Amino acid sequence: MLIIVPIKQVPDTNDVRIDPETGTLIREGVPSIVNPEDRHAVEMALVLKDQAGGGKVVVVSMGPPQAEIALREMLAMGADEAILLSDRAFAGADTLATACALAHAVRQLGQYDLIICGRQAIDGDTAQVGPQLAEFLQIPQATYAQDLRLEGGKIRVERAVEGEVQVLELPLPALVTCLKEANKPRIPTLKGCIGAFREKPFQVWNASRIKVPLEQIGLKGSPTQVRRTFTPPPRGQGIVLTGDPQQAVQTLVQTLREKGIM
Amino acid sequence: MIDFKLSPEQELIRKTVAEFAAEVIAPMAAELDEKQEFSMELTRAIARQGYLGIIVPPEYGGAGACALTYCQVIEEVSKACAAQGVTMSLSNSLVAYPIMTYGSEEIKRRYLTPLASGEKLGCFALTEPNAGSDSSNQETTATDGGDCWIINGSKIFISNGGVADFAVIIASTNRAAKIRGLSAFIVDKGTPGFTIGVKENKLGIRASNTAELVFQNCRIPKGNILAAPGRGFRIAMDTLDGGRVGVGAQACGIARAAYEAAHKYAKERKQFGSALVDFQGIAHKLADMKLDIETTRLLTWKAAWLKDNKKRFAKDAAMAKLYGSEMATRVAHQAIQIHGGYGFIKDYPVERYYRDARILELYEGTSEVQRMVIASYVLGV
Ligand SMILES: Cc1cc2nc3c(=O)[nH]c(=O)nc-3n(C[C@H](O)[C@H](O)[C@H](O)COP(=O)(O)OP(=O)(O)OC[C@H]3O[C@@H](n4cnc5c(N)ncnc54)[C@H](O)[C@@H]3O)c2cc1C
Repeated sequence: MLIIVPIKQVPDTNDVRIDPETGTLIREGVPSIVNPEDRHAVEMALVLKDQAGGGKVVVVSMGPPQAEIALREMLAMGADEAILLSDRAFAGADTLATACALAHAVRQLGQYDLIICGRQAIDGDTAQVGPQLAEFLQIPQATYAQDLRLEGGKIRVERAVEGEVQVLELPLPALVTCLKEANKPRIPTLKGCIGAFREKPFQVWNASRIKVPLEQIGLKGSPTQVRRTFTPPPRGQGIVLTGDPQQAVQTLVQTLREKGIM
Repeated sequence: MIDFKLSPEQELIRKTVAEFAAEVIAPMAAELDEKQEFSMELTRAIARQGYLGIIVPPEYGGAGACALTYCQVIEEVSKACAAQGVTMSLSNSLVAYPIMTYGSEEIKRRYLTPLASGEKLGCFALTEPNAGSDSSNQETTATDGGDCWIINGSKIFISNGGVADFAVIIASTNRAAKIRGLSAFIVDKGTPGFTIGVKENKLGIRASNTAELVFQNCRIPKGNILAAPGRGFRIAMDTLDGGRVGVGAQACGIARAAYEAAHKYAKERKQFGSALVDFQGIAHKLADMKLDIETTRLLTWKAAWLKDNKKRFAKDAAMAKLYGSEMATRVAHQAIQIHGGYGFIKDYPVERYYRDARILELYEGTSEVQRMVIASYVLGV
């Protein structure tokens, strides 16, 4: 069973501040971490591999050379192989160009059974890359998975959606995006950490290695344009109406009318 | 070349150990201390992470890590719970080290592999009622019984003594030859004539088990000797040299815990209308504490580096141990001071750090003994 887990290295948003002048992230001195939900995705893959009685978990990341450490950490958790997609041509990618590059990389890996992504990355919160990747690959997808099981060559996925649980069965290959409620990621052992650097295969692939047309990746392949980022002004205090209910309702209705809401 | 950077591998190890220590060990520390309880469950969890066989070669199931990496693991664990730091460091530097360095192939297979996996725990027994700082004055004897060694005597203050599955012990095979008559053996728990005596009631590291070992005509296999008869004192001293590097790391861990608690408290607590950190008297204490920790780390890492590069490190290890142990007491003392009366109360962790730090100045050679060691090197006597 081959399971592919795309992961992203992100700034630890607990430590990120926004420059009030320019409205951009101050990344300096902010530690990089593996996107939290991606760790859950790797855990899900490792458990599934055990359940399947064997196989391989391959972690893939598109990012700068420094993202190697994020992949090494996932190897330390137990992933079998890591591939870093790194090339200047990938820079400036939006979610579509990212998913496109990942899809080309996945095709290079041959026959696979499952792709597990984290639901979303904490530095963008779009939750788009997983679904887009499934579309590029033309495979079924189940997002927001809180549980995943292998059942007779198919997977059974519990999706947490809007306070309900939806149970889906998907044929393989498929793509799943996973929630942090799904599991508790294991902490790498000492031997895991050492093996991640000394034993496990780690490769760097550039754009030509994954045979992707250059106009589909990086800034060129990105239809999304960020016009402006800003911190919304803090909301004003609400008004609390007290006293006689009848009077209060009247004031409420009148205010809503004045504001053109009613 | 001087390089103060850890390798990416060491950084990852440090980070993952810190995560494990914060998540699994730290939440249990206060309760185990209060109950004076050695937790087998926690020890097994620590073993599963590979922390009991850090320096054990991979062919015997260990991680095969170097001394500098070992220091990272010990420091992070000691920060969460000093007692677990003790269990780990003794398993590595006092038990695994002499076996992997002086044991026969058969002995290494038999003891290192289960030690690294956590299936078996070990202990190291040198101290006796009349052989403390003067550890050469061994009264425990091992006599040649033909196809076995017969051990008689007792050992006190042995960490892990009451919970270990086997003990590395030093005993005299030839009393007349004094130091040159000492030898090192391995004794399995359950061997007839080997019993556990008193379990000590302690000031600190209360979650570490400290007990007495008693040997009465205890017969052990002839092959359970490390190296040759007469090599025991050399083995013990070599073992303690490595252990002292680890004590430097334990000191950094305990002191960092104390520093962080004090720093946090000083930011929160207000008196005279300001947070304590805003008083120069408190800020300077914190600055000194940080300086003290950093100094110990440099000494410790240097000693580890020398060891890893196969250079003489005994003097440097003694310096790291001596400076670090007195430093940890000093830093924990100031952490209580910064907490005021609250620091004296068990609702805050700093009183535990203070009690725990105190052992570092005593075991693996007291501060006085470290000064003797350092003096002998620097004065060439
Ligand atoms: C919690 C705990 C765990 C321990 N774990 C282990 C273990 O796992 N294995 C083991 O073998 N031992 C262990 N020990 C024993 C420890 O190493 C000894 O207690 C220590 O070496 C000191 O010996 P002592 O207690 O007999 O003190 P003593 O040697 O009697 O010393 C008393 C005082 O006199 C000083 N002194 C002694 N000689 C001199 C001198 N020549 N010049 C100046 N001052 C001197 C000492 O420094 C000390 O201050 C442990 C002890 C404790 C408390």
